[in-house]
Amino acid sequence: MSDRPLSQDLREAPQLSTRFVAVWLRNLRVWRKLMLPSILGNFGEPLLYLLALGYGLGQFVGEVENMSYMMFLASGIVCSAAMTGATFEALYSAYTRLTQQQTWAAMLAAPMNVDDVVLGEIVWAGTKALINSSAIVLVAALLGLVRGPEALLVFPIILLAGLAFAGIAMIVTAISPSYDFFLYYFTLVMTPMLLLSGVFFPLSSLPDVVGIGAQFLPLAHVVMLVRPLMTGGTIDAPLLHLAVILVYIVGTYWISAALARRRLIR
Amino acid sequence: MAGQPAHPPVPATGGDEGAVATDRPLAVVARGLTRRYGGRNVVDGIDLTIPAGECFALLGPNGAGKTTTLRMLLGLTPPSSGDVTVLGEPIPERGRAMRERAGIVPQFDNLDPDFSVRENLVTYGAYYGVRRRDVEARMDELLRFAELTERANDAIDGLSGGMKRRLTLARALVNDPELLALDEPSTGLDPQARQHIWERLHTLRRQGRTLLLTTHYMEEAERLCDRAAIIDHGRIVACDSPRRLIEAHIEPHVVELRGDLAMHWLGRLAPHAEHDNALAPLADAGLRVEPVGETVLIYGQQRDHLLDEVEALVGPGYLYRPASLEDVFLRLTGRELRD
Repeated sequence: MSDRPLSQDLREAPQLSTRFVAVWLRNLRVWRKLMLPSILGNFGEPLLYLLALGYGLGQFVGEVENMSYMMFLASGIVCSAAMTGATFEALYSAYTRLTQQQTWAAMLAAPMNVDDVVLGEIVWAGTKALINSSAIVLVAALLGLVRGPEALLVFPIILLAGLAFAGIAMIVTAISPSYDFFLYYFTLVMTPMLLLSGVFFPLSSLPDVVGIGAQFLPLAHVVMLVRPLMTGGTIDAPLLHLAVILVYIVGTYWISAALARRRLIR
Repeated sequence: MAGQPAHPPVPATGGDEGAVATDRPLAVVARGLTRRYGGRNVVDGIDLTIPAGECFALLGPNGAGKTTTLRMLLGLTPPSSGDVTVLGEPIPERGRAMRERAGIVPQFDNLDPDFSVRENLVTYGAYYGVRRRDVEARMDELLRFAELTERANDAIDGLSGGMKRRLTLARALVNDPELLALDEPSTGLDPQARQHIWERLHTLRRQGRTLLLTTHYMEEAERLCDRAAIIDHGRIVACDSPRRLIEAHIEPHVVELRGDLAMHWLGRLAPHAEHDNALAPLADAGLRVEPVGETVLIYGQQRDHLLDEVEALVGPGYLYRPASLEDVFLRLTGRELRD
């Protein structure tokens, strides 16, 4: 690691440039080669959750927040699929390019900065989240689980959510010594967030203290935006939710870029 | 470390950069370049001046600081202290602008395994901001240069080590660079592949590009380079053209005794005490005798004198050669093993 103190690296703002587009394009080109199996693989699992839990559990649950459990769950799964899609891409795929394949090193020998590479990877992972979740939204629409055209607003929100989740994962990637390290992130962050963000059941059914804690989870805010849009409800404090997501995007990019610079520029 | 008998030690000419043609613009200027890791100076006050169009080698044993020096010149590692200007740009502040006009061949191939040969070139061009159609326009030329025309659509995994290195070299040319930096360009290649790379580098040099390479192959530096800096423990111990380095630091003629012959004369085959100093007459005749592992090197100023003396004492079975950069290198950096 760098000789400089961490606080000094964190004080430096990442340098924004449009160079990141080349990184995004590179990943898009690779993805296009395996587009079909990738789409099927990525939306197969959330779809299974939706159908199995929706039909299976839905029969016992009945109505939740004045809608069928299937409908309640569909909007939640759209959000969690964005999280897993972005996370896997920014953890495993980006880490492979950072270490095994040395793709990042090759990019940095070209006129690219660490900040460009990290941003390109985050935007790509956000794009993957959008692709995955869009497939779920489509299936949900076909199953009659989407109420109105305002559901179209889900797409930009999912992209923003994908950027935030990718940024968090990129912090882990930047400090990770090995693939095994990711397990901590899954156990300590991803799984609690998935269970406590209102994807599978309403936050109101949790003890108050947990519900308040959940206000810090970006996934909870994404769900609070996406669910009303898909099911025809009204959004409480939409600007607050958007602000939380934006803070996560900017903050995690800032931190992950600083950590990646620390790891790579030495 | 074996002693250096019968010859006064040659003072290392640290910092002396030899003859630099001053009429050409300078591609690289470094002053007091230093890099500290954990309190240790890995690169310790290096000065370099490299005119444009020159082929320059950083020579040194493993761990001497070659790669760190190269990375600092390219703006990939920030120096702890010192000033660097490459292609007129201050480094590392304007490293990105400089790298737009440079090509880099890393020590370990990092071709993109997710792409074919052709796609690798297009994708790498995009990192330089070179448009796809501009890379496509030069594609045939680049593929021919790498002799990979037939393999254009092959996956990277299927290429041999030599092919990968050639592709990495072609990849470094997508932006038509003025300066090409190569970190151990022929390490790990078989002799044919190495010759091939050298031929390519000669071509690039003739085109007027500045070549900056690190190597621990003396032959590489001797064949390709106008000048070489010998680096040890992070410092330049000598810097000049290969020919002048040899003239300045070593006797021009060398005889080698190898294997059993060397072992015999070193008295290591049979435990006869009288063999201990069996080569002393050569030293007495003004020759320098230098045992290196299972080889004895005997250096002399005059060829005939050297050969006569060796022939008289040892008889046939020796090997004569003119002194090379390797002799200079061993002289200046010592003979102990480096890791």
